[in-house]
Amino acid sequence: MQCQECHKRPATLHFTQIIQGQKMEVHVCNVCAKEKGYMTYPEDGYSLHHLLSGLFNFDTSGLTSTHAENYQQSKDLQCPKCEMTFSQFKQIGKFGCAVCYETFNERLDPIFRRVHAGNIKHNGKIPKRQGGDLHKKKQLEDLKLHLKKLIENEEFEEAAKVRDQIRALNQDDDHSEAGDQS
Amino acid sequence: MTLQQFMNEAISPWMRKDGPDSDIVLSSRIRLARNFANVPYPIAADPKELEEIRSFFKEKYEGQDFGSYKDLAFVSIRDLSAIERRVLVEKHLISPLLAKHSEAAAVLISENEQVSLMINEEDHIRLQLYLPGFQLSEALQQAFEFDDWLEEKINYAFDETRGYLTSCPTNVGTGMRASVMMHLPALVLTKQINRMIPAINQLGLVVRGIYGEGSEAQGNIFQISNQITLGKSEQDIVADLQSVVKQLIEQERYARQQLIKQSGDKLEDRIYRSYGVLAYARIIESKEAATCLSNVRLGIDLGLLKNVSRNILNELMILTQPGFLQHYAKKTLAASERDQLRASLIRQRLQLEQ
Repeated sequence: MQCQECHKRPATLHFTQIIQGQKMEVHVCNVCAKEKGYMTYPEDGYSLHHLLSGLFNFDTSGLTSTHAENYQQSKDLQCPKCEMTFSQFKQIGKFGCAVCYETFNERLDPIFRRVHAGNIKHNGKIPKRQGGDLHKKKQLEDLKLHLKKLIENEEFEEAAKVRDQIRALNQDDDHSEAGDQS
Repeated sequence: MTLQQFMNEAISPWMRKDGPDSDIVLSSRIRLARNFANVPYPIAADPKELEEIRSFFKEKYEGQDFGSYKDLAFVSIRDLSAIERRVLVEKHLISPLLAKHSEAAAVLISENEQVSLMINEEDHIRLQLYLPGFQLSEALQQAFEFDDWLEEKINYAFDETRGYLTSCPTNVGTGMRASVMMHLPALVLTKQINRMIPAINQLGLVVRGIYGEGSEAQGNIFQISNQITLGKSEQDIVADLQSVVKQLIEQERYARQQLIKQSGDKLEDRIYRSYGVLAYARIIESKEAATCLSNVRLGIDLGLLKNVSRNILNELMILTQPGFLQHYAKKTLAASERDQLRASLIRQRLQLEQ
């Protein structure tokens, strides 16, 4: 079905309008709907992003609007890679690239805390190829935690085994460092 | 595999198989968000960079097999008509957002449609893996294997402290959204769902309608997923979700038994009335269709309706969406025309069962 306004584009919005008791079917395309004022809502309604950007505006709260503007202008960080500024990030609620995380790093903890129930540090999967050292670090952390629990539960035999595993992992480190130096 | 095959069948091949607890859990899904380390995210990248990512996937992965997932087909969104895009959205193979990003957006889909890899959505990569029924851990394991396979060729944006770096701060860390699709008619009928949803939300999980964010629960189908992606391991997130889903399954089963005991006649009447509407209506709106289909599916699960296959709900819920109807009609339809075609398709489908 063609749009009844422009007669060019396909009609994507179909509805019935009642004006002074007169019923009328309307079939229009998105463009004409916006132009003729048929659509009074933003396209996606109130989205998660609106909610998020609301959450992010924490650091200017309590300041008067002029103060807030000054604060933003003087301290607006900009990402060197994608050129996104911190104000833009707060407005759209999205990072532009991986470097944004470094650029805005100092301001991100409060945001992540709000969004992730107080958490600011990753505790999940590590990419195999890129995360060589990290894997070992994580393994060591896990073993140490396990060892602590075993000792608390007085399971000393098992604890001795885990202690040896930790030693072996640490020794690997020493060897590889020695190898690097030679 | 051609695009036509993905378009023709409403129900994906994997949906025909029953999984564990599939009287209540329709499907389990894991979604992983990943990005290339040195390319800005789609919202900030220039078209050339996104085009390079698109062609990287086309060249590297098109036609490849991964594990039990055969023959990844590469589909460029810009080559699809508006109706075709909508059909892929209704089948949950792509997101509404990907359907809108026409230029460098693409998707790789496995032959059985269990795996789909969206390219240049909000993040460069959105990997989705579905399994029938309640199989979240299995889905996680298979998604991880797929992720490892990709990671051999791609340098992901990853940071020791923040984990997988994503465009939206709500996905950072694991980049994982685990979700299950549940059919909960008895909890809705007994109004218990209203007091359960707030409790589930307090556990850091989200309950939504079938089409995700902002959609209502059509046909008593609810999607339950994790909200938090930072600070917890993927396994812990899945374990939390599993324990809530298990409780919901138990509660739903209990509510079904109570309904039969206390008002079995009324329930039976409701189920058969719905069956009657679906079998004979000439005009039916999507909301009424979804409600009737939910009742019929409940009748099948309770053993009241024999001779109707269980996946009829999944199939007709998808088949009777606007995109699919217009794909069948091969033209754009007005709402009133869709209501007629919807009624006619449902009648035909039910006749096949007899």
